[in-house]
Amino acid sequence: MALPSYTETRYKIWHYIYLTICTCVFIFLIAPLFVIFPLSFSHDEFLIFSEKMKRLDPDGFSLRWYKDMIWGTKNPWGLAAKNSLMIAFFSTIGSVIIGTLAAVGLSSRHMPFKGLIMAILISPMIIPLIISGVAIFFFMAKVGLAATHTGIILAHIILGTPFVVITVTATLSGFDHSITRASASLGSTPFNTFMKVTLPLILPGVISGGLFAFVTSFDEVVVVLFLAGLDNTTIPIQMWVGLREQLSPTILAVATCLIILSTLVLISAELLRRRSERLRGINR
Amino acid sequence: MNLKTEQILTTDGVPLSISLKKAERKNKIKAFLLVAPLLLFLLITYISPIGEMFTRSIDDRMITNMLPKTFKAMENWDGQELPPEEVYASFLSDYKVLVENKTQGKLGQRLNKEKNGFNSILKKLKRKMKKFEDGNYKEQIISVHKRFADVTYWQAMKRTAPPYTIGKYLKAVDMYEDQNGDIVQVEEKRRVYKTLWIRTLEVAFFVTIFCFFMGYPIAHLLATIPVKYSNLLMICVLLPFWTSLLVRTASWMILLQQQGLVNDFIVMIGLVGDENRPQMMYNKVGTYVAMTQILLPFMVLPLYSVMKTVSPSMMRAGKSLGGTPFVSFWKIYFPLTISGVGAGSLLVFILAVGYYITPELVGGASGTLISNNIAYHMKQTLDWSFASAMGLMLLFGVLAIYWLYNKLVGVDNIKLG
Repeated sequence: MALPSYTETRYKIWHYIYLTICTCVFIFLIAPLFVIFPLSFSHDEFLIFSEKMKRLDPDGFSLRWYKDMIWGTKNPWGLAAKNSLMIAFFSTIGSVIIGTLAAVGLSSRHMPFKGLIMAILISPMIIPLIISGVAIFFFMAKVGLAATHTGIILAHIILGTPFVVITVTATLSGFDHSITRASASLGSTPFNTFMKVTLPLILPGVISGGLFAFVTSFDEVVVVLFLAGLDNTTIPIQMWVGLREQLSPTILAVATCLIILSTLVLISAELLRRRSERLRGINR
Repeated sequence: MNLKTEQILTTDGVPLSISLKKAERKNKIKAFLLVAPLLLFLLITYISPIGEMFTRSIDDRMITNMLPKTFKAMENWDGQELPPEEVYASFLSDYKVLVENKTQGKLGQRLNKEKNGFNSILKKLKRKMKKFEDGNYKEQIISVHKRFADVTYWQAMKRTAPPYTIGKYLKAVDMYEDQNGDIVQVEEKRRVYKTLWIRTLEVAFFVTIFCFFMGYPIAHLLATIPVKYSNLLMICVLLPFWTSLLVRTASWMILLQQQGLVNDFIVMIGLVGDENRPQMMYNKVGTYVAMTQILLPFMVLPLYSVMKTVSPSMMRAGKSLGGTPFVSFWKIYFPLTISGVGAGSLLVFILAVGYYITPELVGGASGTLISNNIAYHMKQTLDWSFASAMGLMLLFGVLAIYWLYNKLVGVDNIKLG
């Protein structure tokens, strides 16, 4: 942003200081993520930039940690990835279904006790995870679901639904209810109206809520730490164990894959948001 | 004049108002039924276990159930002088049952917490009581150890009678109930939990401040530059936001280690010598740096969404009326963005207060927070009732902040992206 030519010198200086501060903050935000890339291709076992890497010598780089991640004999990453994907998949489906239903109900102007119910529905998002972890552990232990996939999936549905409820209610807030009435007056059943009219219009909100729920589940470690047994290890659990015990470059290879995954999620979330705004006719 | 308002009837002959009410009720039920599955699910799997945490945290029924006859007999005892024969007799019969079930050890441990020296005399009683004769138990028990003739021991036992206790909550703030039933602080060098609470608040507070001072300028930049640039820069905020917490913590562990890039850099610019590289991880520094970066997007996003709504003509008006850029910023722009500041600070503070992962990994001993202690008691000491008590205190604090914020600003203003 260019300054007008008549700006006084001291404000010019201040403006450049401001831009410098902003640049530093942006570097602080994004740079740590980029440390991981080069080190995951390192040839050494140490997590520092070797002399060879600093000289960009090809000998300093290798794919051995990626090979180790995929084919390593002792490595739990295969099982962890399978579990993580499965748990995230089912908990996302669960969250999206009951979350969307609840959001549709909440957006109705007939809904009684709206404030109180909304507060309960989004409480898992506000309450610190450690407390959620303890509470959910007590419940799962009581009903015998601790250390089972079902238990973890249910726990992740609890943590994921608030995001679905929030995004879908936000999408529904700009929703023109006269079109559902139009559909009903043309003889459509409520279910049919929902599937053919409402759902296609709120779909971007539903999907972006689902993305949030997926990421929440895929990245969740606090609650899983309480619930998981040996068979239910997930990627975050393995990373947690690895980071606590010894930081091996294999973890960085996994981390690189996760960063790529989150970039994809970010792009789809951003595209969805724009589509949703277009559909709702919001031009900012 | 005898004008009576004629009721409007529907085609079925039912008054319209009743028919409308019926339809409204139907709609209400319909809306509620849509919410019901999630509401029920959360109430059963989430809200009620939090309630269970509360009963668990005050539960002291174990000992009440162990000495039923004793406590019954103690009801008639004034608690001043040595208890009557009846109490001694019923205590002995209770204790015999416990020894048969081999659970007398738990009683000893619990009573020892109430009064030191209880465990050893109970063990002695266990050995001697086989030779007891019928009748006159008071004398026989006292003959086992003279502490059984000390009234304070019986008073201590009586204090454990109620099925509920606030002992765990007192422990969480470094207090306890002494032998006279007064609530006192533990000695100064053993006050661990108070330090922990203060440290948690301190870290959350400063992380919020840091996030504010770093987040405000970049949110302002994002909101004021042309869209094509701001979309690109927004990625710098959103990518960390979507990236796994553990990945971000791992990257800080690499950067902050002693041979890490940050240390390399300060050695290179000659701030410190190569031989005395400072320790930046496994202490508070690590916790502060990593948590600030991780929570910064939660400050920037609400700020950005508020700043987007501030029209640039406001600032121009301020300047054209003679305000310097600083004055017009402070008097016009900042007050307009205050709701964003509030929302961002609330989010960051609430998240920081309950943070577990990052302090555990980079915090070391001096950088861990209350959540780490809760997890420690859940997993290591298995003192679940104490963990529940601390968890509920934390929860109460968070809800209080949330409630206060809702009163002052309104929670609806929080938007992400």
